[in-house]
Amino acid sequence: MMFKRLTGALIGATLALPAVVSTASAYELVMPSLDYRTGPYAPNGIPFANGYHDYLMMLNERDGGIEGVKVKLVQCETAYNTKQGVECYEKTKDTPPSRALVYQPLSTGITYQIIPKASVDKIPVHSMGYGRTSAANGKVFDWIFNFPATYWDQAAVLVKYIGEKEGGLDKLKGKKIALVYHNSAYGKEPIRTLEKAAEKFGFELMLLAVDHPGQEQKATWLQIRRERPDWVLMWGWGVMNQVAIKEAASIRYPMDHFIGVWWSGSENDVLPAGESAHGYLSGAFHAPGDNFPAHDDIKKHVYDKGKAQGERDRIGEVLYNRGLIAAVYASEAIRNAMKIHNTKEVTPEMVRDGYENLDLTEARLKELGLPGFTIPVKITCANHAGPRKVALQQWDAKAKKWSFVTDFYDTMNDIVDPLIEEDSSQYAKENKIKPRDC
Amino acid sequence: MFYREAGQFKSSYNADQAILPIAQDRVFVIGVLAVAFAGVPWFIDSYWVNAIFLPFLAYALAALGLNLLTGYCGQVSLGTGGFMAVGAFATFKLITAFPELNLIIVVLLSGAVTAAVGVMFGLPSLRIKGFYLAVATLAAQFFLVWLFNKVGWFLNYSPTGQITMPSVEVFGVLVTGPRATPAARYLFCLSFVALFALAAKNIVRGRVGRSWMAIRDMDIAAELIGIRPLAAKLSAFAVSSFYIGMAGSLYFGVWLGSAEPIEAFGIEQSFLVLFMIIIGGLGSVLGSFLGAAFMTLMPIVLKNFMVDGLAVEVVTAKHVEITLMGVLIIFFLIVEPHGLARMWQILKEKLRLWPFPY
Repeated sequence: MMFKRLTGALIGATLALPAVVSTASAYELVMPSLDYRTGPYAPNGIPFANGYHDYLMMLNERDGGIEGVKVKLVQCETAYNTKQGVECYEKTKDTPPSRALVYQPLSTGITYQIIPKASVDKIPVHSMGYGRTSAANGKVFDWIFNFPATYWDQAAVLVKYIGEKEGGLDKLKGKKIALVYHNSAYGKEPIRTLEKAAEKFGFELMLLAVDHPGQEQKATWLQIRRERPDWVLMWGWGVMNQVAIKEAASIRYPMDHFIGVWWSGSENDVLPAGESAHGYLSGAFHAPGDNFPAHDDIKKHVYDKGKAQGERDRIGEVLYNRGLIAAVYASEAIRNAMKIHNTKEVTPEMVRDGYENLDLTEARLKELGLPGFTIPVKITCANHAGPRKVALQQWDAKAKKWSFVTDFYDTMNDIVDPLIEEDSSQYAKENKIKPRDC
Repeated sequence: MFYREAGQFKSSYNADQAILPIAQDRVFVIGVLAVAFAGVPWFIDSYWVNAIFLPFLAYALAALGLNLLTGYCGQVSLGTGGFMAVGAFATFKLITAFPELNLIIVVLLSGAVTAAVGVMFGLPSLRIKGFYLAVATLAAQFFLVWLFNKVGWFLNYSPTGQITMPSVEVFGVLVTGPRATPAARYLFCLSFVALFALAAKNIVRGRVGRSWMAIRDMDIAAELIGIRPLAAKLSAFAVSSFYIGMAGSLYFGVWLGSAEPIEAFGIEQSFLVLFMIIIGGLGSVLGSFLGAAFMTLMPIVLKNFMVDGLAVEVVTAKHVEITLMGVLIIFFLIVEPHGLARMWQILKEKLRLWPFPY
């Protein structure tokens, strides 16, 4: 009896669903969100997914969507696993009515998987500061965007910062810099740039790989204790970050000489190490904190109405804000596409144009309720990486707060640009792509 | 009533030795093959091919390979992920070095390379058994993946450690790369799997398969009746690795298109394939397919049912999915410790008697 009723309910629910969907109003903007709220990378995946979700929901609640067209957020769980990511991509890409407008997988592995697929399916991919670095070259990668800066820019900026602290780039000679990296495509990204920089400035580079998922790092840090590098850089993600910071604390490595990539600099990474994480540095391209008008709108329109997926007191965490800015870029690109093509029923192809002509000025950021949140971004046909500027933030363990400690640095064009050119032209050759003129 | 062999008489040795002696089975299998080859390609789209058919086919081939070794010859192996990596990297190196080579030959050669590597790692099986052998093959898993990740030559010095499959045509039809049609990719894999499943079925019925089973059941007795353990065990390793290598080749070349060694060929792969044959049924060709279907399709079915059907939140669905998978595995193993294949066999017996059981 119980079983029968349950089956009845299940069948009822299955049948009822299409009916619910069809009653929703006309055109909707389909924005897939490939989240990971499970697995070893969940601590970092959750706040990002929440930020992305909350900003778009806020637009729906406050403005009725983007320019009055509702956003349909389609979530799919990838567990940071490439195969599940591909499944999610295939499942969501043709969601009616608009098809998927942009993908932001938040995983370099998944990005590599979907770069060729999305280029054929004609769907833009915005790998915001991750993914394939040479996608910065818009002449070759029509459909892929990776602004506001790439891994290689970031590696160059970190070297620049170290040079500044040592009293000039020429003082880097003879210094020893270690890179602790996630042993995957993601972690290996900065190696070539750092090798070039090591060649140019004469520092010694130590490469220390940490295997997925990164819970076991004793050997790595013993090596660091033995060799005592002057600086340690980290390209980590998920549980790897917190373990590394704890290990660094346990060998009493000076935290202000330990710098993470901007994916290794959030509250989740430093809080487990407690007081000893004080002074840890990381890259950043946007401000932390929830003291912007946009955050107030989110609290008012999403959290007060009970439409949120996260916890209220975690609004404004670094990765939450990163999800938020990803959603801002996406919604602005869509708005831009509507303007360029003069229609509200945008398609993925139009959104690509919207991305390519994106010009997010400080004035516009202010209108969006995010004054001074990040640097202005201007994308062109040839440059898909935008301003390519990076700042550094530092963790204050007593106040439990991240704050900027530097201005935005420019990248080292003389090192990074030739690498981008080389890698993208090789991709173009392998895939028989004729670079566009622009 | 429908499933009854009464009246089916065998009048020749050939008929008596057929792979599927029962007419209904024959009709069913031919029907499945006909639908798979002639029906499915008409309506297959990129979701079905990328999320359902290609994973199933690649894993079925790998499970088949492992089943020959573990199920038929009794040699436990935890090196499947590593051997799949050998197949994948062999494909990558061959296709980038000789772009003119036909992909069919490349896949077969990748299998052959893996067979050679498999024999090498099979050597310890002559001295050690059971859990100890499992540990030795575990070494193969870690060593091979480490090797591919470490030595730049295998990756063609790709700075990120990713290997990417170029677009390749077979007889004028694209089967790899993003532009290949779902039907072409599907048919390419299906042909390999169907052909080699048939081969496996015949190998295990013949002299070689029988010598494997003799070794599995009791190696000293097998030696006494004149089976050479060296030849039997190493041939099992060779054939098994050949299958797994081809599976790795299809997995990387046709399904994923790009891969990084640690994620795509990690220890999880070895366990996944081992679970497939345990759940599907050790020592059964059908079991390999049932196990692969269960382990690859069940999570997707559960997920789609919960998310699309019941509108459960995605995270909750994922947690429930992980739990349910575990529960289902335990359930099936309690109900039938010999796997799904054995369950099917029991069902067959029941069907024969239905509707008049004694």
